Amino acid sequence: MIEPIAKPRRKNPLSRTRLPMSPPRARSRASHGFTRAAAEGRFVLQCCGACSTFCYPARDACPSCLSADLVFVDAPRRGMLLSETTLHVPADVYFRERAPWRVGLVAMDCGPKLVAHLHADCEEGRPVTMSFQLDKSGQAVAFAHPERETPNMTDDRQWREMTADPKFRRVLVTNGRSIVGQEVVTALKAAGASIVFVGVAEPWKPFRGEETLRALEGVQIVPLDIGDEKSVADLAADIGGKVDILVNTSEHVRVGGLLDRQGTSVVRDEIDQTYLGFVHLAQAFGPAMRMRGSDGVNSAAAWVNILSVYALANWPVFGAYSASQAASLSLSHCLRAELRPGGVKVVNVFTGPLDTEWFQTVPPPKVAPRMVATSIVSALKRGLEDVFVGDVAEDIRQRLAANPKALERELGS
Amino acid sequence: MQNSIRTPYDRVVMAVPVTIPYVRYSIESAQWWIGRALKSLVDGAGITPRDIDGFCVSSFTAGLDSGISLTQHFGLCVRWLDTIPLGGASAIAALRRAARAVQAGDARIVACVAGDTNHVDSFRFTLENFSRFNQDAVYPYGAGGANASFALIARNYMRKFGAQREDFGKIAVAQRANALRNPHALMKTPLTIEQYMAARPIADPIHLFDCVMPCAGAEAFLVMGEDVAASLKLPAAKILATIERHNAFGDDPVQVRGGWAMDVDELYAMAGVKPDDLDFVETYDDYPVISMMQFEDLGFCRKGEGPDFVRQHDLTIDGTFPHNTSGGQLSVGQAGAGGAYLGVVEAMRQVLGLAGPTQVKDARIGLASGFGMINYDRGLASGAAILAGPGI
Repeated sequence: MIEPIAKPRRKNPLSRTRLPMSPPRARSRASHGFTRAAAEGRFVLQCCGACSTFCYPARDACPSCLSADLVFVDAPRRGMLLSETTLHVPADVYFRERAPWRVGLVAMDCGPKLVAHLHADCEEGRPVTMSFQLDKSGQAVAFAHPERETPNMTDDRQWREMTADPKFRRVLVTNGRSIVGQEVVTALKAAGASIVFVGVAEPWKPFRGEETLRALEGVQIVPLDIGDEKSVADLAADIGGKVDILVNTSEHVRVGGLLDRQGTSVVRDEIDQTYLGFVHLAQAFGPAMRMRGSDGVNSAAAWVNILSVYALANWPVFGAYSASQAASLSLSHCLRAELRPGGVKVVNVFTGPLDTEWFQTVPPPKVAPRMVATSIVSALKRGLEDVFVGDVAEDIRQRLAANPKALERELGS
Repeated sequence: MQNSIRTPYDRVVMAVPVTIPYVRYSIESAQWWIGRALKSLVDGAGITPRDIDGFCVSSFTAGLDSGISLTQHFGLCVRWLDTIPLGGASAIAALRRAARAVQAGDARIVACVAGDTNHVDSFRFTLENFSRFNQDAVYPYGAGGANASFALIARNYMRKFGAQREDFGKIAVAQRANALRNPHALMKTPLTIEQYMAARPIADPIHLFDCVMPCAGAEAFLVMGEDVAASLKLPAAKILATIERHNAFGDDPVQVRGGWAMDVDELYAMAGVKPDDLDFVETYDDYPVISMMQFEDLGFCRKGEGPDFVRQHDLTIDGTFPHNTSGGQLSVGQAGAGGAYLGVVEAMRQVLGLAGPTQVKDARIGLASGFGMINYDRGLASGAAILAGPGI
């Protein structure tokens, strides 16, 4: 049984911040099949296309029939914890700092044996439920959970290393004027965030939902215009050391592509507000977050981008907007690599058109802003990296995997 | 007892047991340690490096060098060459291969060497780069070397067969007593069962004195024809039988036996002896639980009777079941792949009457075994050999 974690006390400004260490990162290329699945919260194993044998660790040939047709498929998650051990003196610095650390050997019902990190409520000789998680190195590891829910189970120390749970963390939501931003604030507070800083450009201008926002306990409105480098830097100078999770809810949606627009001013705005805004935020807040990756219960944990799923495939109706989203997506991969030494996750939340004013002309299905917010909180709690929200996003994801050229033609027709 | 259809190792012998005394940490390279072992081999045999026409080497820390690079490093011109990366099973494999090469006339004198250095940071490098499965599916879980893997195996074994920590302790304590008689052993102070029990936990149920100490060192021997040994006037040990097996019993959920169990009848049949006939046993002891498993798998008792077997025997040099007479890796140190050779080289000394302070009285026949390569969840490689002195 897990003791609930206590709210961290205010940090002594004179004490040294521990530098984040990373668990071992090296993996074979085949093993990144698990990384891919863990990023989306799926549990997969390799299964032989010829003889249907499941195997683990990742192989390049089936150990039963030598076929090369090994496919990562969604696999049953149930297994049995055969044997466990508590590591008191691990060789690796990351684990040494976190010892004692429990690991075990799990026999999956479908066959393979997995060495796994153990949730504290897992018992030897009892069934467990498995997942693949991204650890602080960003790579996939197997994690065993008790089969049934147990009290305070998300407060488990080893589990929290795999997640970016908002509980007791301080969050910056970059745009409080938008409905999405306001929903995200509400959801994060409900998930236990201790403070939510909410960026609002030109805060003397009133906006819809302002009163509700200001009335929320633990919500602090701060001046922030992400298109303005100085505004971002000023805010970072003020609160940069206490932002554990950053959710970029800034949005700048304009309809239109290339040929029916005159000049570049709209395009330039899109780039300024979206891409350069992201750059400003990353440069101002990223370095401190990377330094604070193992700063206790409220360590820096995650950076969340809300991206249009048309970042993955251009939709000419919103063609220039799609391109600005694609630029941000590309930049997010750079940020992910650069935040990795700190163990800070970069979560990309892909949505279809939102049910907001700027997508007025788009027919349903559209994504409710609240659904974006709950998806973000869920992703943080589960430690995901790539999240697809709503039917359109899922549709694009599948069509992209099936035939990118077909998707391009169909979006462009 | 079944009959063996394998060709006996007639007229092939092992000679010149060599140990380059271990040190905890060394600033020298693996090549340096292997070089010292080769020098001791030629000096001990009264030959020159040019007389060596076969070379077999094992090392974890030789970096980019395999046997071929080392031939040039050491000025060896050989017509038979092998690099054996089998960890704790390397020595058994080396003597098997070398003996057949000599028997077939492919080589006349084979130098079998294992040497490793231990820099302050090289052990971790070995751990990180051990194997692909280890890299993908074990090392990212904080497993400090093999400790976690053996902890899982030991805990399962204890629960299944009723072994107690005290039983493992008895093995470790007896080996320490043996080691105190071995001037090369790194462990120089006595170990009591109380100290064993009170040691700090490393990975439950593995505690400090269940673990070997990584160190630098080298071990070696020569394999040659009986006639060559006679002409050089070298005391020579006979090879009565060997076995080797890899990736056995893969369907056992947790490892409770090694590959020996698959071939043990063959081992004794080929040697023409029974387990009772052996005067001493040198098991591969990276952890006491593995030695206990070998007591079962090598035919001294049945599966599950290991704990009782240990309780009923005195495992010291002068005891009822002399075991790991040098002190074993647990008390001498684990010099990388040299750990595989430790028991084999000590067994040679025992049957040749050259063991000095660790000599088992009237030892004529003994067994040495090897075990290695925790690739993922279990040790994959196993082997054993029965050696005899010149009188047999």
